[in-house]
Amino acid sequence: MEVFLDILSWAAIITGGVFCVIGAVGLIRLPDVYCRMHAAGIIDTVGVGLILLGLAFQAGFTLALAKLAMICMFILLTSPTSCHALCRAASYGGVHPLHGEQKPDEESGARSPDDHGEGQPSKT
Amino acid sequence: MSMFAAAAVAVLVSMLLALVRALKGPTVYDRILGVNTFGTLTVMLIAVHGFLAGRPEFLDLALVYALINFIGTIAVTKYVGLKELDPAVDQHSGDI
Repeated sequence: MEVFLDILSWAAIITGGVFCVIGAVGLIRLPDVYCRMHAAGIIDTVGVGLILLGLAFQAGFTLALAKLAMICMFILLTSPTSCHALCRAASYGGVHPLHGEQKPDEESGARSPDDHGEGQPSKT
Repeated sequence: MSMFAAAAVAVLVSMLLALVRALKGPTVYDRILGVNTFGTLTVMLIAVHGFLAGRPEFLDLALVYALINFIGTIAVTKYVGLKELDPAVDQHSGDI
């Protein structure tokens, strides 16, 4: 039973760690801020969920399990909320999403580095 | 025990990459996203360290960090978007 739980825990933690690194690499390599929010979403859901699941296998039925469940539930609730707020702020701040024909260039992500946020919010 | 060390290494590598994005992100929103991801990974690192050190009381700290991270991200997003923290001068309809 102990070995079985250890194997489950290893599998969950390794998979979660790999997904964390994948999300972080996507955070570096993806071309604009909306794509990077997608990569951050991978970390916030699969990475965090699987690592906490692996910790929960090691915790057993103790108080630590309840705390892990609270952390997991809280992150799963707040991550989409803060991502939505950030996406809304970026959209009103004048950062337009990349389209297919545009060069996925670092500079085009910073479309208006001087004036985002001030001036009229774009309604499109 | 070594599974916790593996998780800590993976989380630390991810934190480093998120910090790179927060430092060099071209727009301010990239920086906010990098700091938000860094905070989420900090929660994970504290939780893993609690198990690694055999002291699960660290999970309380992780919970508090999760709360602070969420509030901080919402506040900074609202401040950058509106240049104002007072909701009475909200230029756009809607909440958050």
